[in-house]
Amino acid sequence: MTQVAEQAPLSSTSDAPPGDGSLADYFRAYLVRVRSGDLGSLPIIVGLLIIVAVFGSLRPAFLTAGNFTNLIVQMAGLTTIAIGVVFVLLLGEIDLSVGYVSGVAGVVLARLLTENGLPWFAAVAAAVLTGTLIGLLQGLIITKAGVPSFVVTLAGLLAWNGVVLILIGGRGTVVVSDRVVIGIANRYLPPVAGWVLAAALVAGFVATQLARQRARRAAGLPTVPPLIVALRVVLLSVLVGGAVVLCNASPRGGVPVAGVLMAVLLLVWSYVAGRTRFGRHVYAVGGNAEAARRAGIDVDRVRVAVFMIASTMAALGGVVLASRLRSVDTAAGGGDILLNSIAAAVIGGTSLFGGRGKVSSALLGALVIASVANGMGLLGLSSGAKFVVTGLVLLASLLVDSFARRGRSSRGLA
Amino acid sequence: MSTEPVLALRDVSKHFGAVQALYGVDLDVHAGQVMALVGDNGAGKSTLIKSIGGIHPFDGGELRFDGSPASITSPKDAAALGIEIVYQDLALADNLDVVQNMFLGRERLQGLRRLDENGMETEARKTLSGLSVTTLRSVRTPVAALSGGQRQSVAVAKAVMWNSRLVILDEPTAALGVAQTRQVLDLVKRLGDKGLAVILVSHNLHDIFEVADRIAVLRLGQKVAEFDAAGTNQQEVVEAITAGSLQKVPGMVEAQPS
Ligand SMILES: Nc1ncnc2c1ncn2[C@@H]1O[C@H](COP(=O)(O)OP(=O)(O)OP(=O)(O)O)[C@@H](O)[C@H]1O
Ligand SMILES: [Mg+2]
Repeated sequence: MTQVAEQAPLSSTSDAPPGDGSLADYFRAYLVRVRSGDLGSLPIIVGLLIIVAVFGSLRPAFLTAGNFTNLIVQMAGLTTIAIGVVFVLLLGEIDLSVGYVSGVAGVVLARLLTENGLPWFAAVAAAVLTGTLIGLLQGLIITKAGVPSFVVTLAGLLAWNGVVLILIGGRGTVVVSDRVVIGIANRYLPPVAGWVLAAALVAGFVATQLARQRARRAAGLPTVPPLIVALRVVLLSVLVGGAVVLCNASPRGGVPVAGVLMAVLLLVWSYVAGRTRFGRHVYAVGGNAEAARRAGIDVDRVRVAVFMIASTMAALGGVVLASRLRSVDTAAGGGDILLNSIAAAVIGGTSLFGGRGKVSSALLGALVIASVANGMGLLGLSSGAKFVVTGLVLLASLLVDSFARRGRSSRGLA
Repeated sequence: MSTEPVLALRDVSKHFGAVQALYGVDLDVHAGQVMALVGDNGAGKSTLIKSIGGIHPFDGGELRFDGSPASITSPKDAAALGIEIVYQDLALADNLDVVQNMFLGRERLQGLRRLDENGMETEARKTLSGLSVTTLRSVRTPVAALSGGQRQSVAVAKAVMWNSRLVILDEPTAALGVAQTRQVLDLVKRLGDKGLAVILVSHNLHDIFEVADRIAVLRLGQKVAEFDAAGTNQQEVVEAITAGSLQKVPGMVEAQPS
């Protein structure tokens, strides 16, 4: 047995090194992984570089600080919805209703604010809770009646679209004017606050990495080579620091509130997926539901909870989208929202077949999709061309994964 | 034996639709005893074990654990009683690593409801090295990347890691090489010596005669014979497997008025 298998997309513990923990072992394992078809985030990073190079050369405006800041705001709603989709895909299920669930939440939010005069926190809570209840309903139907999630959420797609239309009624458009709600996608932190948050993020990362290293050493377990930890820290610092520099240099003058929200959601849900018992059970059910059942896991409860997460995150995404548009209308939750959110999760590296993927794939995939949309917009191309290109990107990511998988199975790792 | 059996089955049966897979089976397993369960393909061995494990409960008869009636309707109930099972189809999640599989459903937690990965990894390593499973390069290897024998070793390790009273192994050596088979057989003996009750399913009579104290023979869902391993021979067991006399007409459930 000389095979060192993929670590990243399969297992969620990044603090356990392959082999005995030497640097040489680490790199050898990485090379084996890449050669055996587990490319990790490599393809998507290459893809992003291509996107940046192409649009940057065609339209220099693409590479400006202002456009980068816009991009963050443009992708925030999509990322939020895609996080929920990642959980559903981890189970090996699908949720086709997330688009219109986000629409329902947007309409509920707008009407409660403008017509019932509810304070912003009550209206946001009600909108998000609406999503949670929708998820509970769909999850219960899927598990108790044993109807495939594809069918139940397809019915949901139709029904919640109808609910959006009914709730909008003859209004046509409901304007959102609450300052706080609008602020989610339209306000920017003072430059200093951006720096403080970035520093806190990096410091928190360093602290947890060191604590884990120490704990593993104390337990006599092999540790990740210090150089790798240092590289991780440098990489995170450059990415986060670079983002703050760009945002602060933009005409908006700071980090968008929506960007902070996105970062918090990614952190929280990554923790849930990778570090808690519930998250472990989600991976187990997606990997082998029968094994999970025999291990005493309440499979149905896990599945209902995951559909609740998906609808809740969809509703939250609906709030972000409503904030960005400052209004909702009969088109709320429609268009490309559903397909983009699923595509984001998949492009980001989450498998459609369950058990493999990470919450962060929502961010990476949404970044790709939003960049393409943003760049095509700057080129003045039609939305038809935008859809075609997004489709090709999705296809390319699936082909890369498929070839990688073939490499994997030829080495018995599928 | 005069002591109370750890597990006692009385007249248990199980059918799947019209197929009667188990028919009035009685079985006693005592502490410190290795009970071998043999029978042809389709005799009902795995069905009996899955029913004990709560995967599909018996639909007739009585199950007593430590002398008192117990109802096992889910895998959780079985684990709570101290029953650990290595299933024939292993039941490991391919996408999880060795440690994650060994602790599946019984993960250890530390502060902030966080998984105690280090504690679990340490414990898993200890158990594996106790079983002399030395071919694993890392306990953080996903099970998908293991060989058939390594997977089987992990499944066995998973079952013996817990403080169990009864360990059931359904063909645990089917995919193992010579050395690993040796280790599992030694392990089975050790479990018995430690005072655990063990049920071992195997088609290899040679292995069975090496480790078993008693041998129960299933044929077409019925128990047709039970031997003291010391007082019988392979010939007699083979005869029971292939031609043991049936008390009931095998096959279909009695026709029910519809
Ligand atoms: N889930 C099920 N649904 C329907 N029939 C089943 C099911 N499980 C087992 N059976 C039937 O019950 C009978 C006993 O099967 P079982 O798996 O217990 O045999 P076994 O003794 O373990 O055989 P083997 O040595 O091949 O593992 C077979 O006729 C089988 O077809
Ligand atoms: Mg069997």
